[in-house]
Order: sequence, then C-alpha cells, then structure tokens
Amino acid sequence: MRHTRIAGILLSAILVGGLAVPAGWAQQDPVKIGVIQPLSGPVAASGNYVRMGTEIARDWINARGGVLGRQIQLVIEDNKSDPKEAASAAEKLIVRDKVPAIMGAWGSSMTLAVMPKLEEYGVPMVVETSSAASITKKGNPWVFRISPPSEMEALGLGKYLGDLGVKRADFLAVNTDWGRGAVAAFGDILKKRGANVGAVEFMEQAATDMSAQITKIRGTGGDTLFLTTSVEQITLVLKQGQEQRLGRKIVTTGGSSSPDQLVRQAGAAAEGTYHILFFLPWFPEAMPDGKLAKAFVDEWTKRGHPFAGLTEGFRGHDGILTIVEAIRTAGKAEAKAIQAALWKVSLMGVNGPIKFAKDGPPGKESGQSQPSIFVVQIKGGKVTLPAFMAKK
Amino acid sequence: MEEFLQHILNGLILGGTYALLGIGLTLIFGIMNVVNFAHGEFYTLGAYTTFLFLALLETNFFLALLGAVASGILLGAICERLLLRPLLGESIDTTMLVMIGVWIAMQNAELTLWGGVAKSIDHPFPQPPLTLGPLSVAPLRLFVLGAAVLLIAGSHLLIHRTRLGRAMRATFQDRETAALMGVDIHRIHTVTFAFGSGLAAGAGALLGPVFVVYPAMGDPAALKAFVVVILGGLGNFAGATLGGLILGIAEELGAGYISSGYRDAVGFAIIILVLLLRPSGLFARAERVG
Repeated sequence: MRHTRIAGILLSAILVGGLAVPAGWAQQDPVKIGVIQPLSGPVAASGNYVRMGTEIARDWINARGGVLGRQIQLVIEDNKSDPKEAASAAEKLIVRDKVPAIMGAWGSSMTLAVMPKLEEYGVPMVVETSSAASITKKGNPWVFRISPPSEMEALGLGKYLGDLGVKRADFLAVNTDWGRGAVAAFGDILKKRGANVGAVEFMEQAATDMSAQITKIRGTGGDTLFLTTSVEQITLVLKQGQEQRLGRKIVTTGGSSSPDQLVRQAGAAAEGTYHILFFLPWFPEAMPDGKLAKAFVDEWTKRGHPFAGLTEGFRGHDGILTIVEAIRTAGKAEAKAIQAALWKVSLMGVNGPIKFAKDGPPGKESGQSQPSIFVVQIKGGKVTLPAFMAKK
Repeated sequence: MEEFLQHILNGLILGGTYALLGIGLTLIFGIMNVVNFAHGEFYTLGAYTTFLFLALLETNFFLALLGAVASGILLGAICERLLLRPLLGESIDTTMLVMIGVWIAMQNAELTLWGGVAKSIDHPFPQPPLTLGPLSVAPLRLFVLGAAVLLIAGSHLLIHRTRLGRAMRATFQDRETAALMGVDIHRIHTVTFAFGSGLAAGAGALLGPVFVVYPAMGDPAALKAFVVVILGGLGNFAGATLGGLILGIAEELGAGYISSGYRDAVGFAIIILVLLLRPSGLFARAERVG
C-alpha cells in the first residue's frame, strides 16, 4: 500500500516534471522574424545580399543574448522577384510560421503586393529597400519604411544638381511602381531647379535588350540620363549605351547600383557614372556611426561575402535591428505590440539614425524614417567621393 | 531618319537570334508534335556552358561556343531518349506536361548549381563600337548576327540538301508512311530534338556575352520563341526565320515610336492579330497540313 502511494507520488512528480519541461522549453523558443526577399529571379543578387545582412544582424543580436531572453530565428522566404509570390510568401509566414513581424520585400511592386496581407492579418512589416512613394501613402498602418522614397532621394540629390551640371535630363526606368515613382519624383525636382526633362523611357524588369530605348534617348540631345533599375539591368544599359555611343552623364537612383559589381561586369562602360547610395562601405568612417559601419564591413568581409553586396546588405541588418528593438520595447513578441512599439523606436543603424515619422492619410499613417543619402562616382575603375560630396 | 536606321539595325540583330530560337522550337513541334516548354532552358544551358568553359576551364571563346552547342545537343538527345521516346504516340498534352516538368527541373537545377546572382561572360571583341555615319554597332553584336545567319543557313542546308533532312521532312509530312518507307523514326526524333536544343543552346551562347546570364533568362527567351513560331506557322522553317526578323524589328519600332513600356506587348499584339486573321501563320502555304 505504502509502496503504491510512493509510486503514486513519484509518478505525479514525473508527470508534473514532464509537463514542466515542455513549458520551460516553450519559454526558450526563439522569437521568429519573417523575411521576404527576391532570392531567385532577375533581382536575386540584391535579395541575397539583403539576406546576408539579416543573418549578420541575427548572429550579432543572438551573441548579445537575443531579445527578451530568447534567441531570434529568421524565417526567410523567396519571393522570386515576383509580386504574386511575395503575397503568398507573406501569407505562409503569417499563417504557418506565425511570425509576429516581417521584413521585406525588396521591390516596391513586391512590397505593395504584400501590404494587403499585413492589414488582413494585422502583422507589421519593416520595409528595407522599396522606394515607391505610394507605399507609405496608402493608409496602411502596418508598414514602417527605413529606405527613402524616391521623393526623399530626389530632394537629397537636389542640392547637388548644380555640381553635377544637369541641364537637360532623360529618364530610363524599370516599368514597375518603383521606376515610375522615381521618374515622377526626380522629374519634379529637375523642373523645380530649372532643368529640362527630355525622353522618359521604360523597360520590363526581365528585359535584356534596351537598344530601342537607347536609340531614342540618343536623339534627344540631353546631357544626363537618370537610370532607375536593378544592378543587372544597369549593367546592360551601360554596356548597350557604350555600344551606341550614348555619351551621357549617367546617374543611377535607388541605391541598388552596387558600383563594384558595375566596374566588374560593365568595365569601361561604367567609367564616370554617378550613383546615389545609402551606404558607403569604401568610406565607412564617413557614415553617421563610423564604428558600427566599420564593424559591419569587417564582419561582411570575414564571412567571405562579396564586397559589392554591401550597399544592399546593410539594409537587411538595419531592418532586423529595427524589428528586434521594437520587440524589446514592446516587451513581448506579439504583432500588435510590435506595431505600437515601432513608433517609439529610435536607434542607430549602419545607414544612420532610424526613427519613424507619420506619413499618409490621418488616422491610418504608415511609418517613414529619414535615411542618409550619398553620391559616389566611378573613376579610374574605382569608387570615389565626388569633390562636391567631400567638401560637404 | 538616322534614328529609324539605327532601330532597323538593332531589330535585325535581335531578330536573328529570335529566329534561331524559333527554328529549333518549330522543328521539334513540326516533326515530333511536341510543344517544347523546356526550349528556353536549353537557351540558358548554352549560356551557362559558355560561362563554364570561359571562366572556369579558361578555354578559347569560340571553343566555348562550340562546347555550348554540343551541350545542348547532348542533353537534348538524352532528354528525347529517356523522356519522350517512351511517350511516342501519346497525346500532345502528355508530352507537353512532361516538358513543363523538364522546364521546372532544369531551371531549378541551374539555380542550385550557379546561384541566383547574374554572371557576366567575357568576350574577345573590342568594346568600342563600329560606326558608319550615324549608325553604331558593337563588334560583338555583328559577330552574333553573322553566327546566327550561318547557323540558320546551315540548318536550311541540312534539311533541304541532305538524306537526313529528307527523312526529317518525310517524317514531318506523315510519320507512318515515312516509317513504312524505311525511315528510322526513333532516330529522326532523337536527331530533331537534339538539333533543336543545340540551336537554342547556340542562341544562349551567342547572347550570353551580350547580356548577363541568370537562371530565369530562358523564360522571356522561350516566350519570344513561341511568338516567332506562331507568327511563322507551326512547323514552318522559313516562317520561323522571317517571323524572328519581323518580331525583332516590330519590337524595336514599337519601343522607338509608340512606347517603350509596351515593348513586349508589341509581339503579343501581333500574335493576336495573326491568330485572328491568319491562324496558320503569316507564311502558311495553302497545301500544308498539320
């Protein structure tokens, strides 16, 4: 009898203990963060660089003890450079993986396709790359953008237009929300500063032959070509521009131009071109937080990632850092609490200070941070700071 | 006028490679009655093989091009022998589904093997363009046009001047009768598929250095090939050649004078018109059946 009782006590102890163990594990479950990037398809290079940046942020944060005493885990989905795939990736992350926050989705068209899903399920997303103005103007309160919209970028470039000597400009942009948005934003600034706008041409995202557009632009007699697209297409336009003796000053917008990759793949055709960037890995000390920028460049190099990818990779780092800071502020990894906490976030990323201001229709505002903007020039096969940037 | 001439020149060069893509597809359809959805992947294969030869094995550029065509022929033959021969006589839908499977498998294999980051192929031609008055063209593009013309002419001779070509044409007209006359249908099918795939790989090898190489590059190329084939009439060799040139020039002029945002739409607008007005293709002869 006594034996039975002891056995019973032992049994309950085991049962309680047994139940306690999974409960203890549950507390140690990592905090999941969803990431949607183009890992394949025409803009795969950029998406993979951003992914590498998110992994650095994850490892650094986990090495410092994670957040809320838990490690963080990234659930990374491929949107295949396709808006339809981006929307289904978001649905999968939210419904199946139950992530409380997402970072993505690189291209504006992909981000715009994800946005209705955020509203439907009530999950916040930090937008790390997209620059179409419409993203923060739609009245989607789940969107927080750390990349500059084209207007902000155009305004940033505005003060250098005189130094660049732009009098008559043509546009060639990818036929997406991003490309069309950039043409509108930069066109406005140019007109305000008294410069003329000539031809406005578009190309499909997967197009490889831009000779018709270049022939047309060659006929306008302008002095500058503003080019807005992914680095792959920039390479093609530079090469084909050289084939047709385009002979223009070229300025790429959007911060995705990865000048090193252009030097390698377009060679002499990239000489003299200007690029708007949001990170200067060649001159980390010139960044707002020189120490953090330097550490990021060093870690990137240590991992054997291509240097050319740094101008994309930092976005992944800053995006994840922002989400984790919001989770820490919120005190719990829940979508609604993270959304509220994102408004209170104020931190220093690789690009510079990140802090969200309200943008869009009142009552349903999206968050928009104001990032730092830089211009570099390719000279002698090297990336240089133009004189007007250096004297700033 | 200067601009117009430059557009025509661009269009011809582009059209030459469209023709090369279309010919392979149209032959495979005409002779084997297979809609080859994997055609674009053989184009990609050609481009990556060129990259492999040049960047990793460091061979001569022209040797790399030959290697690329050979890789297309070889894989095409294997594909026919393993996947299509067992399905001989099955409905066109069955083989189409198999080829869609091959398309997906090949594209993902390329992605696994090479990664998603685009590659650039070096070539031995000088960078500065050749100029003639207002016209300007890169030496590499002239070479591409020349090589495409040679390949098309070679294919034409093969089909119209050789015993093998006669057997192919006989199979095209009537498979059973050709078999009764002693034509080895199995062999003709393998040769046709290998030949068509080789041409697609050749197009990829030629255009790889002009553009950049990435796993999904075959998709837009395959779409163009289908446009060309429908333009020229299914199974029509000369039609595919002319269809390619017409598509190249129409796209150029459409982008140049209507709107560059609708460049790709031009090709499809033409297809819709052709299907409405001349459903068997622009160059279909009245007596041709099938």
